[in-house]
Amino acid sequence: MKIHIKNGHLIDPKNNIDTKQDVYVAAGKIVGIGSAPKDFVANQTIDATDLIVAPGFVDLSARLREPGSEHKATLNSELLAAAAGGITSLACPPDTDPVLDEPGLVEMLKHRAKLLNLVHVYPLGALTRQLEGKLLTEMCELTEAGCVGFSQADVAITDTQVLWRAFEYAATFGYTIFLRAEDYYLAKDGVAHDGEIASRLGLKGIPAAAEGLAIASILRIAHETKTKVHLCRLSTAEGVDLVRQAKKQGVQVTADVSAQHCHLTDHDIGYFNAYANLKPPLRSARDRAALCQGLKDGTIDAICSDHTPVDDDAKLLPFAEAEAGATGLELLLPLALKWATDNKTSLFDAIAKITSQPASILAIDGGHLSLNANADIAIFNPKLEWKIDASQLKSQGKNTPFLGLTLLGKVQYTLLHGQITYQA
Amino acid sequence: MLNPQLDADGKLKHLLTIEGLPKKILTQILDTAETFVGVAERDIKKVPLLRGKTVCNIFFENSTRTRTTFEIAAKRLSADVINLNVNTSSQSKGETILDTVDNLIAMHADMFVVRHGQSGAVHFIAQHVPDNISVINAGDGRHAHPTQGLLDVFTVRRYKPDMHNLRVALVGDVLHSRVARSEIHALTTLGVPEVRVIAPKTLLPAGVEKLGVQVFHDMKAGLKDADVVMMLRLQNERMSGALLPSAQEYFKTFGLTQEKLSYAKPDAIVMHPGPMNRGVEIDSSVADGSQSVILPQVTYGIAVRMAVMAILGGGA
Repeated sequence: MKIHIKNGHLIDPKNNIDTKQDVYVAAGKIVGIGSAPKDFVANQTIDATDLIVAPGFVDLSARLREPGSEHKATLNSELLAAAAGGITSLACPPDTDPVLDEPGLVEMLKHRAKLLNLVHVYPLGALTRQLEGKLLTEMCELTEAGCVGFSQADVAITDTQVLWRAFEYAATFGYTIFLRAEDYYLAKDGVAHDGEIASRLGLKGIPAAAEGLAIASILRIAHETKTKVHLCRLSTAEGVDLVRQAKKQGVQVTADVSAQHCHLTDHDIGYFNAYANLKPPLRSARDRAALCQGLKDGTIDAICSDHTPVDDDAKLLPFAEAEAGATGLELLLPLALKWATDNKTSLFDAIAKITSQPASILAIDGGHLSLNANADIAIFNPKLEWKIDASQLKSQGKNTPFLGLTLLGKVQYTLLHGQITYQA
Repeated sequence: MLNPQLDADGKLKHLLTIEGLPKKILTQILDTAETFVGVAERDIKKVPLLRGKTVCNIFFENSTRTRTTFEIAAKRLSADVINLNVNTSSQSKGETILDTVDNLIAMHADMFVVRHGQSGAVHFIAQHVPDNISVINAGDGRHAHPTQGLLDVFTVRRYKPDMHNLRVALVGDVLHSRVARSEIHALTTLGVPEVRVIAPKTLLPAGVEKLGVQVFHDMKAGLKDADVVMMLRLQNERMSGALLPSAQEYFKTFGLTQEKLSYAKPDAIVMHPGPMNRGVEIDSSVADGSQSVILPQVTYGIAVRMAVMAILGGGA
């Protein structure tokens, strides 16, 4: 299959390209940029006039719900959603049922994803068995099975001795640890940012300091043990500051923020809107501003969807009883674009935050359109308005606080290995 | 965002929280309650305003006093009353809140009085009932207990009619108290210029001053020249642990005694939403003393609940 993508505006942050150029694809690879290789005859031409041609997006966190929660979502439904969102590579956290702490489970997941051939799936293995924070997993075996890093998902390790050893062990082999920093005790039973809104609504709060305290310990341990650590889903101004300082001091730390947290605050809980029940909780306007600024100045490396499909039964409950999380694969692009627009930064920057940057954190070959690279491509219209409507979302999870809103930016084509996996 | 408590004409549709209700509606409820105070003193303690209507008390959390006063209020309005203690029946069998509510809707109830342990649960139910059903919040988690807030300001207004010239002090566990939140909103909406909260820092929610109150951690300073002292209940399980070291120390520092009450104005009134912990948050001599209006609160509670039901039922 040979494809000629013509008249599009090419944005490839890794190669610092931001110009109108044609792209030529053959045998699953990029074979020409700007000019066709010799004797190239396309079987298909995609007219990308007025469209952006970018590397397929890389999402640092998408829950696919397999194995164990197929009533919430399946690999098939979520990978179709990812393709519709222009995503060609994604990392999935280990909090499935059973937990991804056995090589066999990881192999099975990789195998099933490969059969579907819609998105490259990169599992994050559990850092500790059952995510219990007690015993280390077989990280080498898990890596061989296909894990690209190790994570505790939303479960904190309360025993700092275990945390320290996990870091040392991972550092032995150069593995990256992915952690969402939150002090277990301060966050316990909390469902909202500890501030005026939670106080008015009578919801148990999680103080911003819960994140700061945990980040401070994690960074200290990472520094001492010389471990690569990725901080997932920053939510506070304090967290952003700590990461900024640590980066200056040479700690090997990267960080991401969820697309939800770039735009929403605890005010969006409104009258107990369970769709705004997220982990970490939506925080204050000041925190959100710091997150957006942190993204802009490079303190925060990437935006992720933090895709968490939840079934209606688990959301149709009073706020604190509802399961946390938002569906997000199909909203990653428009929300990243909105971040760029709202913060007066470029489309190029927004694309970097969902392509080259997350690919570099995962240390995977993806998120760029170099010659001879895999032809994983997203082609989108940055100006197309669309209304977020549950019936239009491909994900089995319809749970998003953005329902009913109109956003700009919609994917028109997604290619994986030069095959069209989605067409609007 | 539209206020879910009001209909398109700005009339009360549900009573879920005092926050966000216009002063006009609060005053309407209080004025209507005045007309019902006399009903209880008659030989025939009934008015026919809700005749033929069915009021359903749905209590997902235990309560005797609140449920009873709602029941009496509904019966005095001539409504039929169904009481449902859900925590002892369906929920333990795995039924969801919406299943329970749907069943009651199918039984053609006209009004739901709901208590639930989760903040926001009553809003949630109000969002899912058909248009012809009104929902009254009888207490949800830490969020709101609007009829209690209303009966408290009704009591204040009876004893201290000049609301624009009052200093009110709330004492105790504001953090976990839906009553405190409703009292604060009711007082500030009705124009009380100075509302204070007095509590240790462990029992105050984050940013409480944004609710329009002044914060004190000392009874002497906080009660100084107060016209009204509203005590809050301290739950047994919170008396000793990480929030407070002991009931004794709490009583010593924040319990209302005659001595501490003397810091307030000589004609200050003392209130408590009940049930009281004598010797923990309040001394018996104060609870039973001449400044206490704790029992009148209970009496007025019925009139206020009648007023709310009558207004929601379209009969007043």
